Amino acid sequence: MFQIFDVLIIVAVALNFVALGVSRIRGVINAVALQGVLLGFFPLFIHSNLELRGFVLMAVAVILKGRFIPAFLLEAIREADIRHEVQPIVSFISSLLLGALGTALALVFSSTLPLTSEHTSLLLVPASFSTVWTGFLMLTTRRKAIMQVLGFLILENGILLFGLLLLEAMPFLVEAGVLLDLFTGVFVMGIIITSVASSPRSAPTTCRS
Amino acid sequence: MTERLLLCAIALAAVSGMPGVALGRKSMAGQWIAAVLAIVGSGLGLAGLVFFWMFDDSQPVVIPWHLPGAEFNVAIDGLSAVFLVPIFVVTMMGQVYGLAYWKQTDYPQNGRKLRFFYGLMTAGMALLVVARNGILFLFGWEMMAISAFFLVATEDEKPDVREAGWIYLVATHTATLGLIALFGLLHAASGSYTLAPLAEGSISPAMATSLFALALFGFGLKAGLMPLHVWLPGAHSNAPSHVSATMSGVIIKMGIYGLFRTLSLLPTPPIEWGVVIMTLGAISGVLGMAFALGQHDLKRLLAYCSIENIGIILLGLGLAVIGRSQGRADLVVLGVSGSLLHVWNHAFFKSLLFLSAGSVIHATHTREIDSMGGLAKAMPWTALAFVVGSVAICGLPPLNGFVSELMIYLGMVDLLQGSSAAFGGGALAAAALALIGTLAVACFVKAYGAVFLGVARSQSARQAHESGLPMLLALGVLSACCFAIALGPLALAPIFDRAVAVWAPDLPEAAPRLVTLAPLNWVTLMGGVLIAALIAGRLLLGALLRHNGSTRSVTWGCGYSAATPRVQYTSSSFAQMLVALFSWALRPQVERPKNLPLFPRAARFHSEVGDVVLDEAVLPSFSFAGWLFSRFRVFQQGNIQTYLLYIFIALIALLLWR
Repeated sequence: MFQIFDVLIIVAVALNFVALGVSRIRGVINAVALQGVLLGFFPLFIHSNLELRGFVLMAVAVILKGRFIPAFLLEAIREADIRHEVQPIVSFISSLLLGALGTALALVFSSTLPLTSEHTSLLLVPASFSTVWTGFLMLTTRRKAIMQVLGFLILENGILLFGLLLLEAMPFLVEAGVLLDLFTGVFVMGIIITSVASSPRSAPTTCRS
Repeated sequence: MTERLLLCAIALAAVSGMPGVALGRKSMAGQWIAAVLAIVGSGLGLAGLVFFWMFDDSQPVVIPWHLPGAEFNVAIDGLSAVFLVPIFVVTMMGQVYGLAYWKQTDYPQNGRKLRFFYGLMTAGMALLVVARNGILFLFGWEMMAISAFFLVATEDEKPDVREAGWIYLVATHTATLGLIALFGLLHAASGSYTLAPLAEGSISPAMATSLFALALFGFGLKAGLMPLHVWLPGAHSNAPSHVSATMSGVIIKMGIYGLFRTLSLLPTPPIEWGVVIMTLGAISGVLGMAFALGQHDLKRLLAYCSIENIGIILLGLGLAVIGRSQGRADLVVLGVSGSLLHVWNHAFFKSLLFLSAGSVIHATHTREIDSMGGLAKAMPWTALAFVVGSVAICGLPPLNGFVSELMIYLGMVDLLQGSSAAFGGGALAAAALALIGTLAVACFVKAYGAVFLGVARSQSARQAHESGLPMLLALGVLSACCFAIALGPLALAPIFDRAVAVWAPDLPEAAPRLVTLAPLNWVTLMGGVLIAALIAGRLLLGALLRHNGSTRSVTWGCGYSAATPRVQYTSSSFAQMLVALFSWALRPQVERPKNLPLFPRAARFHSEVGDVVLDEAVLPSFSFAGWLFSRFRVFQQGNIQTYLLYIFIALIALLLWR
């Protein structure tokens, strides 16, 4: 059981690198959506006795991240007529190197944390830090506004990974909080992107190019 | 009972301006409601105080509050009671005065705002004085300070008013910063925000000194202590006059209250604190009066006099601190009583002066002293009120200023007789107090002479008329307060004895009382005789003039064939010698014609005394800070990616720091 879970975590971290290295926005959206779906199923592996509420939350998270948000973002790209290149400030190779560095540091850092014994063996904590780091990298090194949205999504995924440790203690609070945050954030930014693009007289912004 | 009445009074004051906000812009109803609520509220508050003094009735009101560390803890004691009196009396008179001075029908655009914040300010002051919890105190303090900002900025369409308002806001928030640090430190020292005396030896001397320094800074800034007074002249002169009266009469006293309260909480102070307070008091007193002498704006002149009076109050407080550190009960009693009585006196005569000045400004539409003149004929009652205020502020018998200054003088004489190290200090302080009194006489002879005597110097002064009944009523009540204190100090002695007991809880039970230390019955007797002699002299003079059949003529007519108002002393020419004596501190800006030819043509003379600390220290340091911060623009480029990077760097730094 735990071997499979570790593999899934590694896949989730690998998706970080995909998101950093892909040059097409559509590819990044797909990577982030896949990561979201993957993360959505993680509670199954961590907690053996999930209640109905847990299942409902899981289902909502998977549908939201796997279906609704990607569709919404693709729609925004179409509506705002955004070109498909990512346009990084730092080159893809450098981004990947920075991501690798961050992941390595995350592994070192999490080994120094005072975690409970049941959590120390998991890759969950380093994966969480690595994902948060990737989100920051995406936020700071990508020029387009839509990439900021994706950066936030990755950031939230990282926080969610950490939150999984607490799922048993306060499942509803963590999940609902994260979902709500995500939903509003994406929604608001999507609206901004489309409305900025739809008013031709406004100053040219990075979301349009 | 007392606390309940006081809370009612506070609530009524707070809501007094609110009905008016809902009423129309041109409706006088809101103004009358505000005045009635203020009168009822102040009446309840004063009744509560009488209850307290007569029956020693006090049941603290304690209500838990979910804010961490805070507690709605309200109680009265001898010290709070003393400060509540001017709050209730002066604000009540301010509201009455406002009925005629700031009519809603004349000022539809800002009258409602003014009364709304006036009520809130009153409530804030009363709340902070009875608060026994540091956080509740700060609530009251900010309520007062922010409301006062809106009051100063009542006529915010004028640039001068806006500037004064901003300077005031910066100053008051700097003061609050000091107070937050003070209460934080007090919490660290005592473990709670409750304002209760700290046990002897419970805090280290370094901690005690830090607390004292913070209190002196925070409260001193509000009180208008000399180097920290920069906000005061502008704010007092640009606010509507009844607001100036309240600010000068009451708000700055809240700084004094804070100092008194903090010192009452701390253990026995070292003698150095007393010396520091006395020195600052002497500087504020002498220089405050010197600056007042140089002013041409009537309200600015009065504002600088407030600084001077704060100096006198601090001289008394310093005396008391020295007395406490040396275990000299007589100094404590005389210092605290003199200082607190001067708080009352200044509240009454300074608001009387500001309200009379407002009456003059209302009639002449100018604040320039040199545009007035001869107003005693047109406005006899205002002139009389101004005389009463002037005699009182100069500390001359038979009025109230004399009584409090006498107590402080007596304390200083007592200090001279002791063998303590402060021996020479007492002599210097007494000399400073005497100098302050002398300068005050010069300043008010100038002010009264230029404003009320002689002949009118401008058209608007010629057309002046006496003010309306509500304004005269307020002037009358405040004058009566001045006379009452002057003639009945004996009756007030127990009130101050109570305050002394609160301020210095370590004083022995058998400590001398005020009555035994100051010849209060002689004060009453002498005052009564003097007043009787003055009235008799006036009647005699009137009878003589009538008997001789003298006629009325132009003042200073002196037989000139073509007399002109311009031959009169102006405010600057009258004060010229004294301003020149203090020119090292005042730095007057004089613009005069040079090298006059044998037959001079029309020339121009102009003199002005600005605020040295504000113009030469505070504003330059602000512009330097502005320049310094403009260097940081490199970091602010409007790029969201960069900002996110900053956040990230800060996060990493915080993680690494621990």
